Order: sequence, then C-alpha cells, then structure tokens
Amino acid sequence: MGVLPSPLAGSLLVAAAWLVVAVAGLIPAGNAAFARRFAFPLGAAAGVALAALGLQAVWLPAQTLTLPLGLPDLPFHVRMDPLAGFFLMLLGSVSAGISVYAAGYFREEPSGRLTLISMQYHVFLASMAFVLLADDAYLFMVAWETMALSSYFLVITDHQRPAIRSAGFLYLLIAHLGAIAILLCFGVLHGGRGDYTFDALRAAQLQPAWASVAFLLAFFGFGAKAGMIPLHAWLPEAHPAAPSPVSALMSGIMIKTAIYGMVRVTFDLIGGTSGNIRWEWGMAVLVVGAGTTLFGVLYALVQHDLKRLLAYHSVENIGIILLGLGMAMVFIGFGHPAAGALGLIAALYHTLNHAVFKGLLFLGAGSILHSTGMRNLNDMGGLIRGMPKTAFYFLIGALAISALPPLNGFVSEWLTFQAALQATVLQHGVVRSLLPLFAATLALAGALTAMCFVKVYGIAFLGRAREPAHRSPLPHAGDAGPMERYGMAWLAAGCFVLGLFPTSFLLMLNRVGVSLTGHGLSEDALLGSGWLWLVPTAMGQASYSPVIFFVVIVAVTLLAFLLVRRFYHGRLRFSDPWDCGYPEQTSRMQDTADAFGQPIRHVFGPIYRTDRRLPGPEDTEPRYSLKVEDRHWYWLYLPVARAAEIVSSKIALLQQGRISIYLLYSFITLIALLVFVR
Amino acid sequence: MSSAPGIAFQILQSVFVVLAAPLLVGWVNQCRAWLQNRSAPSILLPYYTLAKLFNKDAVFAHDASPIFRWTPYILFGCMWLAAGIVPVLATGLPFAPAADIIALVGVFALARMFSALAAMDIGTSFGGLGARREMLIGFLAEPAMLMTLFTAAFMSGSTQLTTIVDTLAHREFALYPSLAFAAVAFLMVLLAENARIPIDNPTTHLELTMVHEALILEYSARHLALIEWAVAIKLFAYMTIGIALFAPWGIADAGDWSALPYAFAALAGKLALAGAGLALIETLLAKLRLFLAPEFLSTAFLLAVLGMLTHFLVKG
Repeated sequence: MGVLPSPLAGSLLVAAAWLVVAVAGLIPAGNAAFARRFAFPLGAAAGVALAALGLQAVWLPAQTLTLPLGLPDLPFHVRMDPLAGFFLMLLGSVSAGISVYAAGYFREEPSGRLTLISMQYHVFLASMAFVLLADDAYLFMVAWETMALSSYFLVITDHQRPAIRSAGFLYLLIAHLGAIAILLCFGVLHGGRGDYTFDALRAAQLQPAWASVAFLLAFFGFGAKAGMIPLHAWLPEAHPAAPSPVSALMSGIMIKTAIYGMVRVTFDLIGGTSGNIRWEWGMAVLVVGAGTTLFGVLYALVQHDLKRLLAYHSVENIGIILLGLGMAMVFIGFGHPAAGALGLIAALYHTLNHAVFKGLLFLGAGSILHSTGMRNLNDMGGLIRGMPKTAFYFLIGALAISALPPLNGFVSEWLTFQAALQATVLQHGVVRSLLPLFAATLALAGALTAMCFVKVYGIAFLGRAREPAHRSPLPHAGDAGPMERYGMAWLAAGCFVLGLFPTSFLLMLNRVGVSLTGHGLSEDALLGSGWLWLVPTAMGQASYSPVIFFVVIVAVTLLAFLLVRRFYHGRLRFSDPWDCGYPEQTSRMQDTADAFGQPIRHVFGPIYRTDRRLPGPEDTEPRYSLKVEDRHWYWLYLPVARAAEIVSSKIALLQQGRISIYLLYSFITLIALLVFVR
Repeated sequence: MSSAPGIAFQILQSVFVVLAAPLLVGWVNQCRAWLQNRSAPSILLPYYTLAKLFNKDAVFAHDASPIFRWTPYILFGCMWLAAGIVPVLATGLPFAPAADIIALVGVFALARMFSALAAMDIGTSFGGLGARREMLIGFLAEPAMLMTLFTAAFMSGSTQLTTIVDTLAHREFALYPSLAFAAVAFLMVLLAENARIPIDNPTTHLELTMVHEALILEYSARHLALIEWAVAIKLFAYMTIGIALFAPWGIADAGDWSALPYAFAALAGKLALAGAGLALIETLLAKLRLFLAPEFLSTAFLLAVLGMLTHFLVKG
C-alpha cells in the first residue's frame, strides 16, 4: 500500500471521515460554531481528497476488498474501478464546493438545527460514497436506502410547514417505488443461484427475456431517482423544500448516483463485454430521454419559483444524459462499440458538467434567497447592483447550462450531437433516420434552455426591482458572504476547466468506457492532435478547440474595444431610460417571469394546465396571477392515488376487529398452505 | 495545419468580411428602394451612418450594468469570430477546425443571449418585450439551422464547415432533394435570424411589433454603431454560409493566391444576386403576426428534418 493509501482504501477512509464528522458534530451539543468552522470545511477537505483518489483510480485496474462488516456470512464487498472512480471524483469535487458554501450559508441557523443538519449532511455524503463503492447488492441497497433517508430528513428541515412535509413524503414514496424496482432487478439478475456479489451477478447467464426484464426494472428504479418523466414529480417539490446547499447536493450529485446505477447495471452487470445489450433498450431510453428533455425544459420555462425552475432543468438534463446513454445502447446493440463509446462518454461528461453547473446555480439561488428571502422571480429585479459577485457566478452557470461555447455544457452537448451524427454506420434504416431526430430534440431543448436562462437572469439580476423600495427588500440586499463566494467560485472555475480542457477528461472517460464495454475511442485521435484539440473520431470529421475559440473571442472583443477607445472619444452621459419616449414608465411595467413565459404557454398550450387570473378594468393596483400545473398529476398521480385508496378501503374490509374472524383467517391460510405447498 | 499563407488568408478574409458587410446592407437597401419605386439612397449609406454614430456622444441609463456596457463589444466579437469560421473566400482556413458548425450555431446563440440580456438590463417595458420575442424566434430558428447544417454534415461525413464545402463544391452538379429542402429551410432561418420580413421589419422603429429594434432601443452612439455593424456582419455571414452550402462553386483553397481574384468575383456576383433576392422577398411579402412566427419557423424546422430524412431515404 505504500505511504499513500490505495484509492480504494483512501475512499473508504474519506467515507469514514464523513461519518466521523457527522457524529462528532453532535458531541459539543449546542455549539453551532463547531459545525460551521470545522464540520463543513473538514467535509470539503475530505471531498477534495476523494476527488483526487477517484481521479487516480480511473487509471488503475479494479481493486476489491471485503469489509468485516455486515451480517454474518454476508459481508460487505467494495470495489474501485474506473466507473466508480469517475463518479467518486464527481462526488468529491462538487461536494467540496457545496460544503464550503454550506459553511457560510448556515451561519444564521440556530445551533440545535445546525448540528442536526450537519449530521444528516455528512451521512448523506458518506452514503453516496458507499453507493458508488458497493460491490454487492446488499451493501448497495443499504447505502441506497441510507442515502434516501438522510436526504429525506434534509428535505424536511423546515418540517413545521405542511407543504414541506408533503413534499418530503412524495420524495420518500417515489424513492421507495424505485428502490423496490432496483431490489427486484437484483433478484432477476441473481436468478436464484450463487450470492449477491456483483461478480456473481455479472457471471449469471441470463435468458434474453430475463435480461430485458432486469433492464426495465433497473431503468424504472434508477429513473425514479434520477427524475425521468413521468417519475419526476418529486424533484420540483423536494428541491425547493430543502435548504439550498442540500438542493445543490441532491440535484448535482444524488440524481447522478442513479445514472451511475443505470450505467453499472446496464453496461456492466447485464451487458459487460459479452454484448447482451439490445438496441431496443436503447430506443426505449432514447424515447423516454427525449420526452424528459422536452417536458423538463418546457415546464421550467413557465415556472416563477427559482428553485422549482432549476429542479425542472435537472429533469431536462437527466433527459440529455439519457439521450447519450440511449445512443450508446443502440450503437452497442447493433455492434458498433466505438460509436457506442462516444455516446457513453457524452452521457458521462454531461453528468459531470451538469453536476458542476447545476450545483453552482442552486448555490446562486441560495444566495439570493439568503439575502432577500425570495424565491419568486416575479418579485425580483436588479439584483446585479446589490450582489454583483453572485451575479457574476450565476451568469457563468447560466451560460454553461445554456450550452454556449466555450463553457462546459456546450462540450457535452457537442459530443452528444457527434454521437447522433455517427448514425450513418447503422444498417437498420428506421433507427438510422430516427437518431438524428433525437439530435433535433436536443437542439430544441438547448435553445429553449437559453431562453429560460435569459428569463431567469434578466428578471432576477437585471432590470429594476419590480416593487417600490419601501415594499421590497431588494434594494438592501447584500452580496453573498466570503465562504458562499468561495464555494461558488470553485464550481464556476469547474465550468471553465471542463469547458476549456475537455480532452484530458475525455481520455479519462475513455478509460471508463473501455473498462465497461471493452471498446473506446481511438486514443491516437484524442492524443495525436494535442491537448488544444477535441477530436473524438478523426480530425477531418469533427474537431473543436475550446481554448483557441475562447482566446479568439476574447481577443476580437478586446480588439474591438481598444479600437473604439483609440479612435473615438469616450464621452458618455447618463440619463433616464428612453423607452421610446414613453413618459410614465414605472418599474412594474417590466416583464415578469410569467410574462416572459407567455409565448411558450401560447405555443405549447396543450401540455400545460393553467389557471390564470387577470385583473379587472377597475383595479387600481392590478395584479396578475398565474398557476401552471404539471399535467402528470392529473393523468397519472391522482388516478393512481385514488386507485390505491379504493384498493386499501376494500382490503380494510378484512379488518373486523373480532378475534374469532382473525382466527378464521389463520385457519384458512393454514389449510391453503397445506393443500398447495406441502 | 497552419501555414503562413493560410494565416494570411484567414486574416484577410476576416478583415474583408468586417469591412464589406455594411456594403451588402447598403446594396439590399438600394435594391429594395428600386423595387418599391423609391429613389435609392447611396450604397455607402451604412458607412456614413456608422461614422455618424461613432462621433456622437453616448448616453446610458442611470442603472445600466456592466452587461449593458459590454454587450456591443461581445456582439461584435461574436460576429467577427463567425466571419472567421465561415469559408467566404477560401476553404481550409487555419482557424476553421477550431469551431465546427455546431460551434458556429453556438456563437450565434451566445450573441443572441447577450443581446437579450442587455435589452432586459435597463428595465424598460420594451426591452423585456424584445428579449422575449427574440428568444422565441431563436429557440425555433436555432434547431432548424442545426438540422440544415446536419443534412450537409451527413452528406459529407463531417461537421467541419470547410470539409463540407470542399465535398459539396467538388460534386457534380445535380439537384439533391435533401439539399433542396435544406435550402428552403435555411432561407427561412436566414430571414428570421436577421430580423427580416416576414418575421421582423428592419426598417421599423417605434412600433409595437418590432423585435430586433426593441432589443437595441436603449443604445446610442458608438455602442449602437457596433451593434449595427455586428448585425451587418451577421447578415453577411448568413448569406455566405448559404452560398457555401448551396452554391459553393468558385471558392478558392487557402494559400492559392491565383484563385483569389476569381473567388472574389464569384462571391461578389453571388452576394449581389442574393442581396437582390432578399430585397425582392422583402418587397413581395408582408410581415407576419408575431404568433405566426412560430408556425413559420416550425415549418422551417420540419423542412430541415425532412431534408435530413430524405438524405437517408434516397442517399442524395
């Protein structure tokens, strides 16, 4: 093991350290300063260490270890391979930024609550690390459930409010529906033989039909956690309910563990190098992914609660990741592993990118909430003046999520497009012409995202406060504190690094792809053209150089600036806005978030369920109210809830309250068992 | 991949586009005036306007933020960059591999995002309205543009504009159905993205239906000049993309100085025709109601997708 711990042992140490921090925070009871000054910064340091270990593990062969924990005869197995290493790096690096931010964010929290939050927060982090390290179904499920429970308690931090309790319940319910499906999936993979280590599951030779059943169960189960349509309903409820750093953790990292699970089960346990993956699965994933992408962004566009809006964008981005994964499955299913590797790499890269920029955006939303107490965009405006630094970081996040070059969101969407453009290698005519349609979906979603973030940024940070100064806290809003800013700066730097130097990350992801499917992109193409160039296949086919792009765009912008400065006078006057000379303008005449979404509601009317209240002609203080609801509630969730109620009321008939009847039930059961089982 | 003549060509082309772009706008305006039986302004009028604007005193609203201040330069920079990517005079330029068609669409999206943000910065009612409409048009035009470019990418097996143009320029002349669909879609996108009739009216001002003008309402003097210039470069870039995709004959190879005069002449001829055509379209059509714009653009999107499917069906 040498002086430095091996990545596996080191990661276990980090996870243990998180657990120690969680428990240690409880001991000096009532001492909030400990949680703020030590617990969160220590958690962040552990995160950085984990990121380094994960990065190292990608380049090493897989390691396994059996822990002397668990039930007798059923010990915990852990394993570190490139896939786990990549996700641990994601977990460590993103959580480091969020933990630093949390140290500043919770500064006004009462001490009793803060110690509890710190405990749940670090247990949550440790459980995610164990999910990624688990090498048997038993430890995986234990960690998975710990993750669900600890995050549930974090979501209901403000449990005094009924709305938050019901959001928490919805989250718990869907998480458990998913967990049941995952459990069943492991059961199917196991097939009644051997034990539940992942090695045994990998070795099991499944019938194609059973493999499909296992895949569908995993897709459903992990999809519920990831937030794919129509199982997404908990995201827009739970993310706004949780404190902002927790929202950032859940949206940035936790839903990515579901992507990890999907990749692990599909590409490793079922698929492996044996080629069990069927292209039909890929088409199913693509269809669901396309639906998720479009629904997510269209619903995001009509939200006015900032955190709900961001939650719907998480739904959208999960859809984009699913598009990449689906393409990978289609290509692998048809026997084109190299093209498949491109899809897989695009999906994993988007997973990392989304974790970074969505974490950043949720932290920015948290800072706004912190300094103004507001989540409703309709009340905001002009925040860039009070909080310029937060505005700067938020702008980076907004440009990154809108997939604009040269930031990171663009790179992964670029790769997904490139994967779709590989469709020409396919022989199957229908599939070959369908793949570009999914690329079209992605293009549409990307442009809609840009629209949505113009709305968010323009309404929250630009313009003027929409309410008069005596009624609005906005003019007094201060900027985020230093710790909050360091956290955001860390993630904003991540947006740049991932956007400007994609080739080094691609090499890493290529290792992950090779370790899973046995095939990857050609390293010659990746390496041969140098670190400046991103060349997934061949130079003549597709290339992109973010650094050159960035340098040129900065250079020409500066050149334009300097030329104008050099040759023209710099005379500048300040006056009132012109606005076509309209004399009686007030700040309430600006667009609100609902107004900005109006064209979208007009164009895509049928998919929304809207309830709109217009002011009457005599109103002296006209107010406009709009409620847009998710149609899924009405065609899926409420009918299911009603059916469950009816079924349970029928079952309740069994409950008579008389002991003789219950004895009769036991008697009948006994007879039935004797007859049928023997 | 980069050589001294290549770099010389690259710089020459970028400067040429920036300088020639207002001329194209002047030509379109002149043609439109002739078609509408008006006496035409000088073809150099856009230059005079730019010179006038550069010499005026700039006015900012009191609460303008740095975004408002920097957007004109960013817009100009984005369009200048786009002018460097598009093979206007020659293919195989050294900068071309750094940004392919997806990145090109990304540059236009970046410019659009900043112009919409700047419009919302002052907090006026027209600014927000313009930003909202601009993004409405953009979210439909951008995917249609990508699909058009993908059709060409599928035909040439590459997303690099320079390779695409090389492939398309050296095929024998024939009518490819997929390219025909793509060309119609591209024309529709060009009209929408450059704020032309029937989506927007470039001559309108102070009208409730305006889109592009509402975005830049608060700008004046040198900032307005930069934006107007950027808009001219954008029109030029879009037209040359169209020429490069659908009529690439006559384009030179980078470093081949002898082919340059011919490439110049071919480009000038094609641009003159395209400009006159644009003026004709603007004279013949009327502006659409704003809520017909999504229909117009979704038609473009569907045509582009259809073109792509046609390519897979008939391989051509």
